[in-house]
Amino acid sequence: MLSYALRRLAMIVPVLLGISVIVFLIMAMIPGDPALAILGSFATPENTAQLRQDLGLDRPLIEQYVVWLGNLLQGDFGRSYSLNRPVLDEVIERLGPTLLLAGASLILCTILGLAAGVVSAVRQYGWQDKALTLAVLVGLSTPSFWLGLILVLIFSVGLRWFPVSGMYAIYGGGGLTDLLHHLVLPAVTLAVVATGVIARLTRSTMLEVLRQDFVRTARAKGLTERTVILRHALRNALVNIVPIIGIQTGFVLGGAVYIETVFQWPGIGRMLVTAISTRDILLVQGGVLVVAACYVLINLAADLIQHMLDPRIGT
Amino acid sequence: MTATTTTLPRERPGTWTRFGRNQLAVGGGLILAAIALLALAAPLLPLPDPNATDLANRLAPMFSAGHLLGADQLGRDMLSRIVWGTRVSLAVGLIAAITAAIIGSTIGIVAGFCGRWVDAVLMRAIDMLMAFPYLLLALAIVAALGPGLLNALFAISIVNIPFFARAVRGVTVGLKRRDYVAAARLSGQGNLTILTGEILPNLLPVIVITFSTTLGWMILETAGLSFLGLGAQPPQADLGSMLGEGRSLLLVAPHIALIPGLVILLVVIGINLVGDGIRDLVDPRLASGGLVRPGPATAVAPNALRQRTGEPAVPDAILSVRNLKTHFLLNEERYKAVDDVSFDLRPGECLGIVGESGSGKSVTALSLLGLVPTPPGVIVGGSILYRGQELLGLPLPKLQELRGNRIAFIFQDPLGTLNPLMTVGEQIAETITRHQGITHAEAMTLATGLMDRVRIPHARERASAYPHELSGGQRQRIGIAMALANDPDIVIADEPTTALDVTIQAEVLKLLQDLRRERDTALLFITHDFGVVSELCDRVMVMYAGRIVETGTTAEVLRDPRHPYTRRLMACVPVLGQPERGLDAIPGLPPAVNRLPPGCHFADRCDRVIDRCRIGSIPLEDLGPGRSSRCIRAFEP
Repeated sequence: MLSYALRRLAMIVPVLLGISVIVFLIMAMIPGDPALAILGSFATPENTAQLRQDLGLDRPLIEQYVVWLGNLLQGDFGRSYSLNRPVLDEVIERLGPTLLLAGASLILCTILGLAAGVVSAVRQYGWQDKALTLAVLVGLSTPSFWLGLILVLIFSVGLRWFPVSGMYAIYGGGGLTDLLHHLVLPAVTLAVVATGVIARLTRSTMLEVLRQDFVRTARAKGLTERTVILRHALRNALVNIVPIIGIQTGFVLGGAVYIETVFQWPGIGRMLVTAISTRDILLVQGGVLVVAACYVLINLAADLIQHMLDPRIGT
Repeated sequence: MTATTTTLPRERPGTWTRFGRNQLAVGGGLILAAIALLALAAPLLPLPDPNATDLANRLAPMFSAGHLLGADQLGRDMLSRIVWGTRVSLAVGLIAAITAAIIGSTIGIVAGFCGRWVDAVLMRAIDMLMAFPYLLLALAIVAALGPGLLNALFAISIVNIPFFARAVRGVTVGLKRRDYVAAARLSGQGNLTILTGEILPNLLPVIVITFSTTLGWMILETAGLSFLGLGAQPPQADLGSMLGEGRSLLLVAPHIALIPGLVILLVVIGINLVGDGIRDLVDPRLASGGLVRPGPATAVAPNALRQRTGEPAVPDAILSVRNLKTHFLLNEERYKAVDDVSFDLRPGECLGIVGESGSGKSVTALSLLGLVPTPPGVIVGGSILYRGQELLGLPLPKLQELRGNRIAFIFQDPLGTLNPLMTVGEQIAETITRHQGITHAEAMTLATGLMDRVRIPHARERASAYPHELSGGQRQRIGIAMALANDPDIVIADEPTTALDVTIQAEVLKLLQDLRRERDTALLFITHDFGVVSELCDRVMVMYAGRIVETGTTAEVLRDPRHPYTRRLMACVPVLGQPERGLDAIPGLPPAVNRLPPGCHFADRCDRVIDRCRIGSIPLEDLGPGRSSRCIRAFEP
């Protein structure tokens, strides 16, 4: 297990390098003068000239990349001109709320998706299956930013059960209950699409597993359906579902951009949207790099969990 | 019989017919068609200018005069704006999808067709794109290019390229190995001709499927970018940007934000329904309804319970089966897998059920405890008495009490029948805790003891092994240990030695024989091998095409078989020291049990067939106590 984990850990190095190359290339696509784009339209000619030299924009592309990567590795992600503070500080401050939101959603969509998928498979073609399949289809097709608005209208404005936006109440807030209270609506909204994906996959995987011979053996032993389905079938299905949950975190982290905007959640997603509209390129670059790195690590974790679940995967 | 009288196989319904039967897909198609038609016809419709402001009517509610869907903050007509906005959204989504499809498929084809370093480089690049959270990559691209509808389209298109590239590459690699591509190459066709002539047409299904699954996302994500203010810029408006602008007015005039979102939802639902329909069409496994989950117990037809014969069971039998009929209902066809099978089993006795594969012997055994998968299996008639208790129609909890407890199974293929993720010790212990109500630790001790009994060396250590870590013979012993765990009255062994090589086969048979003597367990032994029967069984029952064709004691049947099929089966057994003895495989195939001919079902393969064999139904003729044959020439020498 340990050796597998180490080998798998070593394998993410090229992936992280690839990510940095792509981000670097995207930033090289910036039309016109990157220095001007980075500094914004109010920059003085002296400033842009200085920055152009600092960034080594007169050098060949490959040399620029090496210098840029060297800076990143030393924790120098540059300075945000709109916030006038180091990019990394801002990104790390914003990362917490995003991971909290994404984590809560991920827990929700995993539990709900697995439950819906198992019920659907066990009651195949029954009314529960039909109702769930329809609900999943609608969930998969829902624009989450629109759903967020509707939930706000119903549960915040109408029923006044949950706050409209933010992470803490402005007055007298700050406790854990306050945080959870603010977390419910955004987390639910963000979980909807991923729940649909996981439910669909769980249903089809369970149907496939339930046809396998060892399920018949479990039944021949006289085990109750509950044991057959949860201990034998679901556990085998999970081996295939866990990596997909890992991939779903990518959609959840992306979808967080909308949800943070709708609910004024102080995470990286909202930071990115603001940064793009103020053309704060370095801030965008830093945010994207850090979130992508988190995504790579989460997928690594999913792989390791899959490995723990299945003794057949070589060590 | 001439070729013209041969019945044609029923024609498969055409693609469109099958799509038409999928009501959901048709519904989705209708929604989509209606919305697309409205969007296309926008310039022709009597709608006000979507950009004409009219401050007097600003924020007009829905259904107000002149504004069916109300008006926005500048008094612009919502209905008109929605129709024109839908036009933009659909166009952007479609163009993004087509762009992604063309670029992605090209990458996939080139990578798959060229192979080697081209493949490696391209696919690693695609992997890198996939390493990003989907939307974040699009955001980075928009950040670099600047906000705007065209840039949003470009960004969404790029992030969807990997889906096409991966799917298309996979199929291309597969196609390249096919015979007809090799043939085209040998006939001197150039790479380009092969690509366009042989490979491209076969790629269309996978491209269409990927297109139909990603189109919905692309419309959602472009709308999303516009919602964030990074896509369509005013005065240009798509559904997403209308939703974004309406957000600040949510409390005053919710319809301004909610209606565009509803239209997006409808469009994407339509696309997804049609996409699912297409996928079901193209993936034949789904289309044939192949992925059906078997229920916890075989269904018993309601009138099967009413039709019980009430025939008394043989007094000393522990199991009495009467007129058992298990049929498979598949595609409106009825397959009579088991038809009118009756037999008795006494305590400590070993009864062999012999026949070729498909003769109904396994289905007979599985029917006893309701383990035939439903669908498609249904028990349509008969009676199964265990110690005088009727098992057919027994409530599931009662049935589960008996399974693995009083009546236990040993299955063929010990790898597939053990749970790959549980240690073998756990799997044995599980059946003990289920029926004996003891603690897990005690059960584990018993399990280790059982593993000792079936002669697995180092049982204590092996108990924590997973099935894939054991040899085939050891796995089969685990299966036997599991069956013996609760000291059953009856063990049903379904070809337990078929998957093993000869020496291990002999050991397993000896083990079963010893255990039977030791515990006086009745054994129902299913096999196709008369050699095994002669070593183990007291009595034999030969099955063919779902019916019993001969019964008798093993000695009698072996000495004097009274059915030509039995004779042929016996001829299949190799005899040590008689290498000249031909291993005659029986010529021909057993008849399909959904279209059984009248008369004897073996007639077509029989070397003693006479005209009378093909008339009426041939009864199972009594030849003396416990001896019978379903052959009209049974009394002839």
